[in-house]
Amino acid sequence: MPICAPVKETAFETATAHPVVSAPDIEVQIAEAARFTRRHLIASIYRATSGHPGGALSCADILATLFGAELNVWPSSVNDPQRDRFVLSKGHACPTLYAIAAWHGFCDKKESLNLRKLGSPFQGHPHVKDLPWVETSTGSLGQGFSVAMGMAMGLRMQKIRARVYTLLGDGEMQEGSVWETAMCSAHHKLDNLCAIIDYNKMQSDALNEEICGIAPLADKWRAFGWEVFEIDGHDIPQILSTFHRAATTRGKPSCIIANTIKGKGVPYMEGSPAWHGSVKLSHEQAETALQALGCTAEEIKEFLDV
Amino acid sequence: MSENNAPALIGSSGDSLREAFGKELTRIAPEYPKLVVLDADVAGGTGVHHFRKAHPDKFIQCGIAEQNMVAAAAGLAATGMIPVVTGFACFLERAYEQARLSVGYARRNVKIVASHPGLDVGPDGGSAQALEDLAAFRAIPGMVVISPADPIEQALATRAILEYDGPVYMRTGRSGSVRLFNDDHVFEIGKGQIIRHGLDVTLVACGVEVARSLKAAELLAEEGIEARVVNMPTIKPIDEALLKRCVLETGCLVTAEDHNIYGGLGSAVAEAVTKNRPCPIEMIGLKDSFGTSGEPDELAEHFQITAPYIAEAARRAMARKEHLQ
Repeated sequence: MPICAPVKETAFETATAHPVVSAPDIEVQIAEAARFTRRHLIASIYRATSGHPGGALSCADILATLFGAELNVWPSSVNDPQRDRFVLSKGHACPTLYAIAAWHGFCDKKESLNLRKLGSPFQGHPHVKDLPWVETSTGSLGQGFSVAMGMAMGLRMQKIRARVYTLLGDGEMQEGSVWETAMCSAHHKLDNLCAIIDYNKMQSDALNEEICGIAPLADKWRAFGWEVFEIDGHDIPQILSTFHRAATTRGKPSCIIANTIKGKGVPYMEGSPAWHGSVKLSHEQAETALQALGCTAEEIKEFLDV
Repeated sequence: MSENNAPALIGSSGDSLREAFGKELTRIAPEYPKLVVLDADVAGGTGVHHFRKAHPDKFIQCGIAEQNMVAAAAGLAATGMIPVVTGFACFLERAYEQARLSVGYARRNVKIVASHPGLDVGPDGGSAQALEDLAAFRAIPGMVVISPADPIEQALATRAILEYDGPVYMRTGRSGSVRLFNDDHVFEIGKGQIIRHGLDVTLVACGVEVARSLKAAELLAEEGIEARVVNMPTIKPIDEALLKRCVLETGCLVTAEDHNIYGGLGSAVAEAVTKNRPCPIEMIGLKDSFGTSGEPDELAEHFQITAPYIAEAARRAMARKEHLQ
């Protein structure tokens, strides 16, 4: 990914002062990308009048770090066979993917606000035929993980050293096929595969543990033969160093259990499953969220004026 | 245990469609360096044990986990490989949603090849008899659906699906198969052929029902009825032009398939015919029922999909045609 953040073009792209480009600080840049991502996804979900803000906000720091420092893919290299792959297995968090992709120039920032609209390639779940930089179509939980495993197999068979990353939701752990894939990946010693779990502890209707308990999660993945890392999914330096440790793990796939907060960054959403589902944000709610994310009045107007 | 004491595997007939598929896939594999075969612990039953032996580095054992296998195939295809997913038809249906989203919707170059389709499974019984697979896979946009009739055609179709760029569902078969075609037979995706001429009625069939339709045509010939027989190995896209010609020239049709009468070949033919010039159509297949245990031939008789029933359906179709005139 580009080391230098994109140059600020209009007010809504970033609200804070741009970091000094001559002395790039990757952690600062990732934090800035994450801030942009949160603002962008709130704006796109508001404009769409539907979407899943809670689980989109919880994975913003993970995706910002992944795209900001880990993946070797650029807008110019989306068809390069040597590129790393990222699969958003929790496809409903695509506003986060669209936002971080826009930040890095894979798509247009303004166009990607056009979420869930007829004629827009930014569907409610990502589709590879609409957006060529999306690695596969997702939106049915569990499948992206299996597809990512197949990619890891295909790369290894072709002696391509690229890595495959996939982000799963915690509710997704309840899909049986996840464990088929977990078992098969470990059996085939796919050390080029890294699964990240956005462990925000909540799913559509309630807490994971109320719906169908998934704990102890780390024990489960270890028992399935994976190298497991448990981290704070909002701590960018920790995410960075864990990606490095996962990339140097040999002989087995890696699972990063990222402890996160659902709705992270928007206080009234934090820790509430109510903001998981496809919800409609009122103008006031969107405005409050953008204020909490540090937007100025001018920036809020630009984001929310349709 | 000595080798002599090993249990005899049942149904490993040398001239089955699965053997034709497995052997041809193994033979032509060197021409397709990106080919990879996926199995869910049924390689001995699908014919790909030949492939595993000859090309172990291109064979992926996925374990008994069809959902993961089908979506993983989509991932393999995304990296440029040509994955052939193999399994028993009924268990591959378990991965229908993976076939829909990860293969069909993403339009991945994945070939799903299903053995043990229809009543062909025999004694394993109704639980294992996939009588809805053609309907299910036909409903996935862009999915090609093929059911060859004999080992020669199965081998030709095996190459054809590797040459074709896009998702395919193809049936093979478990039982010993009647040999219908010679080495000069041609298979082209989307094309049917007239394999017996006649002007009174057209019998349109796929898979094991092609041989039964030829027998039905012989029965009909004894009473002076000239039945045309069309081999229709591609259920989707269906050969509309050929069907149109058959309707014009014979005025009525019978469809025959080892499948539910809903959603498979009969439905595909009816859809095509009603779009052009409608005519009486009778359908041979399971009448919205599940299967049961029995030998395949006994089951075919029990569920009334053998030659006498096809012939009777032809007489009905002809009577309806005359009624219209």
